[in-house]
Amino acid sequence: MKSSVITFPGSNCDRDMDVALRKFGFKNKMVWHADAELPKSDLVVLPGGFSYGDYLRCGSMASKSRIMQSVINFANSGGMVMGICNGFQILVETGLVPGVLLRNKYLEFICKNVFVKINDKKNKYFKNVDNEVLEFHIAHNEGNYFCTNDQLKEIEDNNQIAINYCDENGKIEDKFNPNGSIKNIAGIFNKEKNVLGMMPHPERMIHTSLSGEDGSLFFKNLINNLK
Amino acid sequence: MIVNEQVAVDHGLKKDEYAKICELLKRTPNITELGIFSAMWNEHCSYKSSRLHLKKLPTKGKKVIQGPGENAGVIDIEDNDAIVFKIESHNHPSFIEPYQGAATGVGGIMRDVFTMGARPIANLNSIHFGSPQHKKTKNLLRGVVHGIGGYGNCMGVPTIAGQTSFDSSYNGNILVNAMTLGLVKKDKIFYSKAAGLNKPVIYVGSKTGRDGIHGASMASASFDEKIEEKKPTVQVGDPFTEKLLLEACLELMAGDSIIAIQDMGAAGLTSSSIEMASKGNLGIEINLNKVPCREAKMTPYEIMLSESQERMLIVLEKGKEEHAKKIFDKWNLDFAVIGKTTNSKKIELYFDEEKVADIPVNTLVENSPMYDRKWKKAKLPKKNKIKKEDIKHLKIVDVLKKILANPNICSKEWIWQQYDHTVMGDTIQKPGGDAGVVRVHGTDKAVAASVDSSAVYCWAHPLTGGKQVVCESFRNLISVGAKPIAITNCLNFGSPENEENMGEFVECVQGIGEASEYLKFPVVSGNVSFYNQTKDEGIKPTPAIGGVGLIKNYKNMITMEFKEVDNLVLVIGKTEGHIDQSLFARNILDEKNGPPPEVNLFNEKNNGETLLKLIDNNLIKSAHDISLGGIITAVAKMCIKGKKGISIKKPKYLINEIEYLFAEDQGRYIIEINKKDFKKVADILDKNAVHFDELGTIIENELHINDKTKVTIDELLTSNKSWLTNYMSK
Repeated sequence: MKSSVITFPGSNCDRDMDVALRKFGFKNKMVWHADAELPKSDLVVLPGGFSYGDYLRCGSMASKSRIMQSVINFANSGGMVMGICNGFQILVETGLVPGVLLRNKYLEFICKNVFVKINDKKNKYFKNVDNEVLEFHIAHNEGNYFCTNDQLKEIEDNNQIAINYCDENGKIEDKFNPNGSIKNIAGIFNKEKNVLGMMPHPERMIHTSLSGEDGSLFFKNLINNLK
Repeated sequence: MIVNEQVAVDHGLKKDEYAKICELLKRTPNITELGIFSAMWNEHCSYKSSRLHLKKLPTKGKKVIQGPGENAGVIDIEDNDAIVFKIESHNHPSFIEPYQGAATGVGGIMRDVFTMGARPIANLNSIHFGSPQHKKTKNLLRGVVHGIGGYGNCMGVPTIAGQTSFDSSYNGNILVNAMTLGLVKKDKIFYSKAAGLNKPVIYVGSKTGRDGIHGASMASASFDEKIEEKKPTVQVGDPFTEKLLLEACLELMAGDSIIAIQDMGAAGLTSSSIEMASKGNLGIEINLNKVPCREAKMTPYEIMLSESQERMLIVLEKGKEEHAKKIFDKWNLDFAVIGKTTNSKKIELYFDEEKVADIPVNTLVENSPMYDRKWKKAKLPKKNKIKKEDIKHLKIVDVLKKILANPNICSKEWIWQQYDHTVMGDTIQKPGGDAGVVRVHGTDKAVAASVDSSAVYCWAHPLTGGKQVVCESFRNLISVGAKPIAITNCLNFGSPENEENMGEFVECVQGIGEASEYLKFPVVSGNVSFYNQTKDEGIKPTPAIGGVGLIKNYKNMITMEFKEVDNLVLVIGKTEGHIDQSLFARNILDEKNGPPPEVNLFNEKNNGETLLKLIDNNLIKSAHDISLGGIITAVAKMCIKGKKGISIKKPKYLINEIEYLFAEDQGRYIIEINKKDFKKVADILDKNAVHFDELGTIIENELHINDKTKVTIDELLTSNKSWLTNYMSK
């Protein structure tokens, strides 16, 4: 399986994502934001970080990068595109997934482990994951997902919510919501479910001696689903 | 502007220093030259009060590749890998403008590290605030934490450990010390020594603005009521540009174009150009019209003294300009050839085709003032006798809860959750333990780092305090299973012109020197921050020690949480019952006098090395060093983190339970072992003449002391966790 990770000026999880993808069998290429063409890929990842220093609005400038037109075309033709953290912020700025990401409710950066419940498994990202609940890791300042009531209705009608913040037993309640996101949303799909944006960093959870190993589950499953 | 003695004094120079400048130049300096002298000769850049004493520190060792004198120290961690590290203060600016002050402190120290060719892999910090009740404390704390996070998070470097304390002596002068570790190949280390004639001198990074002018001079003076006016001397940071600068520099460093490189930190273009020339015994000629400026009509004086951030100066191999420019263009950074190396041994500056400065380099460096300041030796205070009636009414559980909720002991999760501590995917021990640990990317090795200070001990007796901090750093590294290699120090003191403050400095440095010599734990880099003083009131002496150690296989790393019910818990090292200057004495008995606990370097080394042997033999399940709050506090934290309880039996040799549990004797650790390993462990400890007590057995959910006192771990957790969060949310 071939993957591409886009490096924007200010990306800082691009290497971590490269390490994770290779570990689970992807042949990964790093792609520079100023390039015009994507290499042939089965998966394109927009990594975490602070593209363009988060100036103007997180993800807004990166969404206008030269490479993004190819990424958008790739997504619109059904290609798998995953945005993690800042990558999620870039995705909402392109409009590939609905909604916006506001500053965290308590106005502070949060770095910690959280639990997320998989809401939908009829997609190539989460199909065949045995667990209902995964332990993931977040590290962000602007992860507070927000959208209009109409958008929310559409998202729910299409089953576009990918994962919700919850407790270890999968209970979705306000007290397990780390950043104030509407409906505890931690990740969301486009309508066709080939584009996934999520705040948690599975690439940081690929070894027992790190924050945990549920990221391994995610990647192993992902490559199998793409085969 | 006409330069005279008064103008020099306004620049922070003393009258006799000004006379010396005129004598060295054999003329009156012009305003640009005076600015340059004031920047190079201030305390922050010249170390004029400290140099004499710093020379006494042990700086060499088998593992030391580069000691003090470069941008940072470098140690060998085998397999052609090396760690570059340093700690630096940003105290004065952080008090004036906490967010930017702290942020640029973090930015500055990372630049020091990647200037040497190393990719930063971990950040740490030691931050100290006034009393929690003081009106400024909360905002300063919030601003500093946001600033540290704002910069480090954006750079994508994990903040893996730190230390936070509160003490009213910091009411008017907070401390913000930032430390960075970087990883480099031993044969790809870059230095700041210029070499060769007519080599292009290159300016890269951000443009030069009017921010931070006289920052270093401001940091070389005490505060007074007009401190708010100093805001313009604080630099403004842009971590995004620094991230680009990091990547661009590392990309250029992969080749062989660079002869010397130096970041523009304190005193900006002035100190970076002069340092490179001085080390290479060369001259440098700069055309200031070529310096990329952010604002129009900047004068030579402003250009030379600006402390705008995210800038570097490089001496390049001739003919490599185009290659280098391409890399900086790719990263959207300014790149300008601004001058060349010369054989004049002078710093010569041109502006609008006029020579605006012409100063022999040695007058700025070798001939800079050095003072043997008067200092007063501290007496060892008399021991206090604890009166039975003072402690009779105390309930251990109440005292323990109070101590766990003490601002200097309580959980600092509110702080470190705001720092990205997992980016780069190699953090294997997060903040909250004895030391932070990161894997050396792609290998089985791991590097442990911790930062410590004990201002109260240093204040009570500087010599002992100085030794103690080094020992505590040593213990923290050993507690995670790392072999201690070297330290960096950040020496935060009051005014050196005050004999008592100077005495504290001299004796703390002596203590640090003695301990690091004995423990073979040399000082490879550091920084001195004097004048942490408002009017006549200085801070408690606060040397912060950043220690670095190596774990050969990260799978053998030790953590502090209790692991398994029925395991045995031992105390390594003898408990004498030293209560003076302990958290217990100061906060429960309200007794602020008396000597700090004695430091026995033989025991310290022997106990630590023996524990490493136990770890090497896979006999240790968890370990934690005993420091503030004594045995019971250490044990309670291990319970809280491991969600386990313990049943403690006090050994018979000390009469008083309180003394046993709360004393802060040095050289001690708590360890957890499997019952079946007891004989093996006891044998190793006996053979090495290490004293140990059998403290108790791990149980579920509760802490029991001699079967009488009982408390649930949840209650202890609540005491420990709530103080800071509640304080910050009020």
